[in-house]
Amino acid sequence: MLLTGDLGFKVLDDYRRLRSRQFLNVGVAEQNLAAIATGLALEGHIAFTYSIGNFPTLRCLEQLRNDACYHGANVKVVAVGGGFSYGPLGFSHHATEDLAIMRALPGMTVVAPSDLWETEEATKVLAATEGCAYLRLDKSDAGRTNHAGEQFVLGKARLLRDGDAMTLIGCGGIVAELLAAADELAGEGLACRVLSHHTLTTADGEAIAAAALETGGVVTVEEHSVNGGLGGVIAEFCLENGVRPRVFRRLGLRNEFATVVGSQDYLRNRYGMGRQAIVNAVRDGIVRRAP
Amino acid sequence: MTRPNEQDPGTLARNIRLHALRMTSLGGTSHIGSIFSMADILAVLFGKVLQIDPALPKWPNRDRFVLSKGHAGAGVYAALAECGFFDRQILDTHCQDGSILSGHVSHKGVPGVELSTGSLGHGLPVCAGMAYAGKIAGKKHRIFCVLSDGECDEGSIWEAMIFAAHHKLDNLVAVVDYNKIQSLAAVSETLGLEPFGDKWRSFGWSVREVDGHDLAALEMDFSQIPFESARPSCIIAHTTKGKGVSFMENSVLWHYRTARGEEYDAAKRELDALP
Repeated sequence: MLLTGDLGFKVLDDYRRLRSRQFLNVGVAEQNLAAIATGLALEGHIAFTYSIGNFPTLRCLEQLRNDACYHGANVKVVAVGGGFSYGPLGFSHHATEDLAIMRALPGMTVVAPSDLWETEEATKVLAATEGCAYLRLDKSDAGRTNHAGEQFVLGKARLLRDGDAMTLIGCGGIVAELLAAADELAGEGLACRVLSHHTLTTADGEAIAAAALETGGVVTVEEHSVNGGLGGVIAEFCLENGVRPRVFRRLGLRNEFATVVGSQDYLRNRYGMGRQAIVNAVRDGIVRRAP
Repeated sequence: MTRPNEQDPGTLARNIRLHALRMTSLGGTSHIGSIFSMADILAVLFGKVLQIDPALPKWPNRDRFVLSKGHAGAGVYAALAECGFFDRQILDTHCQDGSILSGHVSHKGVPGVELSTGSLGHGLPVCAGMAYAGKIAGKKHRIFCVLSDGECDEGSIWEAMIFAAHHKLDNLVAVVDYNKIQSLAAVSETLGLEPFGDKWRSFGWSVREVDGHDLAALEMDFSQIPFESARPSCIIAHTTKGKGVSFMENSVLWHYRTARGEEYDAAKRELDALP
């Protein structure tokens, strides 16, 4: 069952036409979006809720916590417009704390895919996995990064580039910036490892430990606040498990809103998480690490 | 409709009140006034109306009962124990260290509780989802939701009201325990709800108002659900907060106060003397 909070103009038309009995527009009422989805889930449905930005998450946070999560209901929250996807529309439409907040909910699996393949695979896996989930989509994507026969595994970071100068870890469409930065650095002879760490519920310990051991350090990049998001996930894992990357940097918003508007690309650069900022972080990390 | 394991609502109502008095006293926590105001509604529902089977708490065709005013959970625990969903002795652990019986109703480990609530405004929207699921599956069971009046300050209630009427959920029944006192003061002094019945009607619900302590009248109304086809039903039950114990009735104090010592003994004497 797909429930929308009165959003998805054009986008949901095909679904609605082909699956009219599995489509429900609850209106501009996000508390009900989450609660009605829970009611449906408790009666045996797999209920996907769909809206943009912070509406299906923050606006109805308590419904997700008390109704969906506490009951372990099969509610899958889908937000389009992660990060600065709706950059020109202003701060109300920037989703830049959602990952941390959703990640704090017990039983909520959080996934931020970086490309269409990850999105498709994550959707299938989440639909087939009992319980609550948050699928955070944004308008950018990292291009087709999968190889033939690759399997998507929740909680398992995907190696997109290998290298040992530094490991760049990202989630969501901003992984495109990591790849662009890696290309630029490769031209300088700095081969960076790039990981798409799409699942934020837990860190992929194996991949992080290997990055710390085998590469010059770790730079995390997220179109999100650094508080409690991807950088937090990795940092928590490292400290709790005695994993010590020689360099550790988190790129993302630092206790701030974006108070100017602009395209997703513009805002990434303006707020220090675009290609250039990543390149600088890697260069700086390598310089400081030198004995 | 009738069911095999009916109970006399009068007896059940008194037992719910006695259990709740003891439970809140032992647990040192209250909302006793809110429990007493809806005890008769619970007694009629659990004694006569709900198609439920304590031996099969997840029977797919059961009627669903949801307490949206979760702070009155002790009353529901008492009703469920009296119906045989679990051992009455568990009631005495209410709100104490390690207990599964929380002050606000929780389903974890408690057979018969459909939905955990406590934050207000959550029950009716989830019930609307359950009712929608029942409708599209062509099921006959009903969804009963008991709300408080103060809870209707929450916007989510009104969101659910619009949704339920729009989708013609005549398998959904909202019962408002209209005791007219909320946490700090009278409803009329806080956020007046009148004309309350008209508000529900204008939202597309079929509404009846009833004396919420008149067991026969409640049973009569519940037997006629849905009041109109293609409309959700609302029963505005006019009740008295603290009903059954003279010094608790119509008192803001007894929203939170716990009966102990002489007060407990006096309350128990009054409840024991009920017919």
